[in-house]
Amino acid sequence: MNELKEKTYKRSHEPVFWGLFGAGGMLCAFITPVMILITGLLIPLGYINRSHFDYNNLHAFASTWYGALIILVLIALPLWHTFHRIFHGLHDLGIKRGRDWQRVLCYGFAFTVSVFIATLLFAMF
Amino acid sequence: MSKRKPYIRKLETNWWLKTGFYTRYMLREGSCIFITLYSLILTWGIFNLSQGESSFNMWLDTLQNPFFIILHLIVLIFALYHSITWFALAPKAIALWVKGTRIEDSVIIATHYAAFAIVTVLCLLIITL
Amino acid sequence: MNKKTIVIDILRYRPEMDEKPFTQSFEVPYIEDTSILEALQYIKDHLDSTISFRWSCRMAICGSCGLMIDNIPKLGCKAFLRDYYPNKISLEPLANFPIERDLVVVMDDFMQKLESVKPYLIPGDNACMSSGEYQQTPLQMEKYKQFSMCINCGLCYAACPQYGLDNNFIGPAALALLARYDRDSRDAGSAQRMKILNQEEGVWGCTFVGYCSTVCPKKVDPAAAIQLLKVESSKDYLIGLFKPD
Repeated sequence: MNELKEKTYKRSHEPVFWGLFGAGGMLCAFITPVMILITGLLIPLGYINRSHFDYNNLHAFASTWYGALIILVLIALPLWHTFHRIFHGLHDLGIKRGRDWQRVLCYGFAFTVSVFIATLLFAMF
Repeated sequence: MSKRKPYIRKLETNWWLKTGFYTRYMLREGSCIFITLYSLILTWGIFNLSQGESSFNMWLDTLQNPFFIILHLIVLIFALYHSITWFALAPKAIALWVKGTRIEDSVIIATHYAAFAIVTVLCLLIITL
Repeated sequence: MNKKTIVIDILRYRPEMDEKPFTQSFEVPYIEDTSILEALQYIKDHLDSTISFRWSCRMAICGSCGLMIDNIPKLGCKAFLRDYYPNKISLEPLANFPIERDLVVVMDDFMQKLESVKPYLIPGDNACMSSGEYQQTPLQMEKYKQFSMCINCGLCYAACPQYGLDNNFIGPAALALLARYDRDSRDAGSAQRMKILNQEEGVWGCTFVGYCSTVCPKKVDPAAAIQLLKVESSKDYLIGLFKPD
């Protein structure tokens, strides 16, 4: 009963990562299954003709600003979702050492790949 | 003298194997590993796209390898599991009140599945048309 | 005549003589409408009077008799032998809490967490006695009623691996209690409680396992309360970026 002084509270920056996690998770939930179905199964197995996914069409699409943006979001945003889960998953598995480094590595990887994709798309412009 | 000696149990590292509920949670969280792989495969594809036509076609050829077909099949299963769990939990993160009553969980879930079906059909149409 | 019986394994711990807990088996008569709590009372009355467990109301309202039944947090008064017969039943003290003795756990930390969220109406600046009683419409009450049904049994803490991994996390019941006052139309303490939410050990300690809501005997749904509070905390974060206080 001697806790009369007001406790000090430290704000977490988690909302930034949670926001990206939520957006990525939403995207994954709605569109990733059909993307996998198309690029990973239907096209390689020949159910959808390759001509629908050929170099010229795709390159032309990637060279527009909206095409580049769509591609960036579709590929990079899920990573912000997945690496958030990986970061918290490490804690769930009881790996408590070096939480700061784990954070840097997880979100750093998502960030690096995002920048890599953006650079590739920019070069195709 | 007090005989109190509280015994503290540590949560074991394999806690998530002990109850089906926890295991399903870990599978849900684990789906992210497969989705990560898929994003990296696509990143690799974009890299090849930027390298020219032959490079890009080589990437498409590689995806025909049975290894990648099976990998994509596994990834698809986990991605669907992610979708199912995401939709199942959606009502907990959404509180919509209309005329003094909260919208039923089942309505929110059904809306998500309807949107999922529309997105899926739309994507298949866009790619084939 | 052969009377039906059922075996109950109890995790025992007597701090004055045991280094660590051990399992003791008891055989009790099987009757269809015997609750787990009544079986424990039978054991204490007829088989071993040294066994300790908490109980009071026998009707799922006091929240005293929480324990792990076959590794699932439940109220002893709300689970019955018939749900397990003819299998053996294992009883352990609530997970994630220190064991005081036998099935009794130390709940001090839990109580402290409940207190820490300012679980009382915080009046606004211009509220005064002369303005009369607080009035509330049924609709205003509906917004928080679910979260006010908590009986502080602690099952959700036993179900929460995040609390088990790191007990700095405020935890499900306390956050649901916070939501209960936050949503009350008579309360003006949201800004004070927002600081509690915004911490790493506030809402951000939760990874939405969701088991808390499954085991809750009163359908409080702490997981939903926490997700909605995460949204509130995120909004507050955004506002804080543009308007630091």
